[in-house]
Amino acid sequence: MEWGNAVVQGLLLGGLYALLAAGLSLMFGVMRLVNLAHGALAIVAAYLGLILVQKTGMPPFASIIVVIPLMAALGWLLQSTLLNRALTQQALAPILVTFGLAVIIQNALLEVFTADNKSIQIGDLAGASIQLTPDIAIGVFPLITFVVGVLVIAALQQYLARTTTGRAMRATSDDREAATLMGINHRRINSLATAIALGIVGLAGVFIGMRTQFNPYSGDVFLIFAFEAVIIGGLGSLWGTLAGGMILGISQAVGAQAFPSSGVLLGHLVFLAVLAFRPTGLFPKVVNG
Amino acid sequence: MSAAVTTPSQPARPSQPERLVRVRRSTRSSYVGLAVSVVLIVTLAIGPFAFLTKGNQQNLVTLFIYIILGTMWNLLAGYAGMVSIGQQAFIGIGAYGIVYAADILGVGLLVAIPLALVISGVIAYLVSFLAFRLSGGYFAIGTWVIAEVIKLVTTQMQSLGAGSGISLSVFKGYKPEIRIATIYWIALAAVVVSVVVTYLLLRSRLGTGFTAVRDDATAASTLGVNVTLSKRIVWVVSAMGCGLAGVLLAMSTLNVQPDSVFSIKYTAFMIFIVVIGGIGTIEGPILGAVVFFALEQWLGNIGVWYLVILGAVAIGMVLFAPKGLWGLISRGGRLQLFPTGLRLVTPLPATLSDPPPGTPPTPDTEDV
Repeated sequence: MEWGNAVVQGLLLGGLYALLAAGLSLMFGVMRLVNLAHGALAIVAAYLGLILVQKTGMPPFASIIVVIPLMAALGWLLQSTLLNRALTQQALAPILVTFGLAVIIQNALLEVFTADNKSIQIGDLAGASIQLTPDIAIGVFPLITFVVGVLVIAALQQYLARTTTGRAMRATSDDREAATLMGINHRRINSLATAIALGIVGLAGVFIGMRTQFNPYSGDVFLIFAFEAVIIGGLGSLWGTLAGGMILGISQAVGAQAFPSSGVLLGHLVFLAVLAFRPTGLFPKVVNG
Repeated sequence: MSAAVTTPSQPARPSQPERLVRVRRSTRSSYVGLAVSVVLIVTLAIGPFAFLTKGNQQNLVTLFIYIILGTMWNLLAGYAGMVSIGQQAFIGIGAYGIVYAADILGVGLLVAIPLALVISGVIAYLVSFLAFRLSGGYFAIGTWVIAEVIKLVTTQMQSLGAGSGISLSVFKGYKPEIRIATIYWIALAAVVVSVVVTYLLLRSRLGTGFTAVRDDATAASTLGVNVTLSKRIVWVVSAMGCGLAGVLLAMSTLNVQPDSVFSIKYTAFMIFIVVIGGIGTIEGPILGAVVFFALEQWLGNIGVWYLVILGAVAIGMVLFAPKGLWGLISRGGRLQLFPTGLRLVTPLPATLSDPPPGTPPTPDTEDV
């Protein structure tokens, strides 16, 4: 039946949202900074992928290998020049700076690439699907996106849990001053976190470019979706973010099935309902003592 | 020493310890500011009879809208510490509200405008219960989601023209010069009311509470400030102000389209105006709106690059001149046209005020 199909499609879409949300979550977790330029940066990555594929004839998936380090380098640069400085200013500064950044990026993209819709062509893969039951078919590309999303979240979780720098990030998140006393250079940790976050954004951005059409304004909705995934899942929990992304994706897909053109609205309403009834999110991080 | 001290006050007499510290609000600069403001407003009010063309009046309406928007965003962010990027919700509600009240209900403009503001205020009050569950940057995005929801719901309403919008026809039958002048006077009155209400709000007991909440919400609440109530009042007033800007926007374009009135570009404008002018002062957003308006006229023809430049300027201001242009002009807050705080005018008793030799002299006026 069509409803089952919508649920499966929404679930897979959730992987992409979780990928976008992971970077937002990481930056907020480490330095309490909400990056309002997150969506705009994802679209920068989509355009980077598009240029690489069009100008060099590189296969779309290979472009990811180039885009990720470029975006990570951009993240390091942004953090060490602008954002670390903004974090030392009054409380509103980081929000205002990242908002200004979003406006700059969006309008610069508009000037360079015009408002025309673009997409990264992936050939036959776009239409390929696996027939699960007579009624439910899984698109191969959405499945790849979903698997990549889950793998990235798992890898990030392991990185934060098991490596020395991951521990330093969690320590900075819990108590920056104590972490500094233990010899952690929090500015370096911030830059590293932003580099990782933007690397993941780079990956997400190229997937967005391959999945749908995009234009310079597309970043807005993706920032909103990533944020909704974070809040639905509960702050501070990466697996929660994945679940939040899936719930959002399912809401949108089922909403679109029920009322064509209102899928996004239904996603927003589910988010607002979570905010109203479970403001800590559905899967909040359990804080011990 | 600062020009702000106007009274060479009597030396405090120790027999009256309660008079040891005297404070006053107004300074010479604020009296001059008030006089200049009154002259300016009167001049602007008679402008359409004398020296303002129709084009001038329409441009000034745009400037007035910017002043209102900047003032309202500053009230939220500068005084209550709430960064909203969803104020376009209330601009849209105000714009649709005036169409609904004036055209569909058919009440006169004098009733329709307040009604549109009440609608903005009531919706703001209701959504505050959702938005206030978030704080900081997440509050910002949360307000944006709420604005998107309001826009999407509006585009579903057939009676309001759905996605293609609706025109405001209350001015049909007016001669163009009468219509333009009427809208101009309404806009002028709206600016004056917005700034005066903001000023009175901030110098009230409530306003002192807001500032305390912005600076340290926990400390303010232990001193008896009702933090949530304070924030909610600021939120509702700011929404009504944005609704007023929406009313003016609908009047100046005579057409309301959801993608236009609910555009986040207005929030970007508000942020630029406040950041460039100076956050946390009443004068700052007015100055910022004038500068922004001038830049728009001057740079508008270079296309969207001007928004790129504005974004860069705003980031530069936040990082290097966080008090904005007004902060640079007012010499660190000494010059105040709209004083909201109280200043110390009597020197403190010798034991407190005499600086040890070698330290720089303390300023003889101080905000308290």
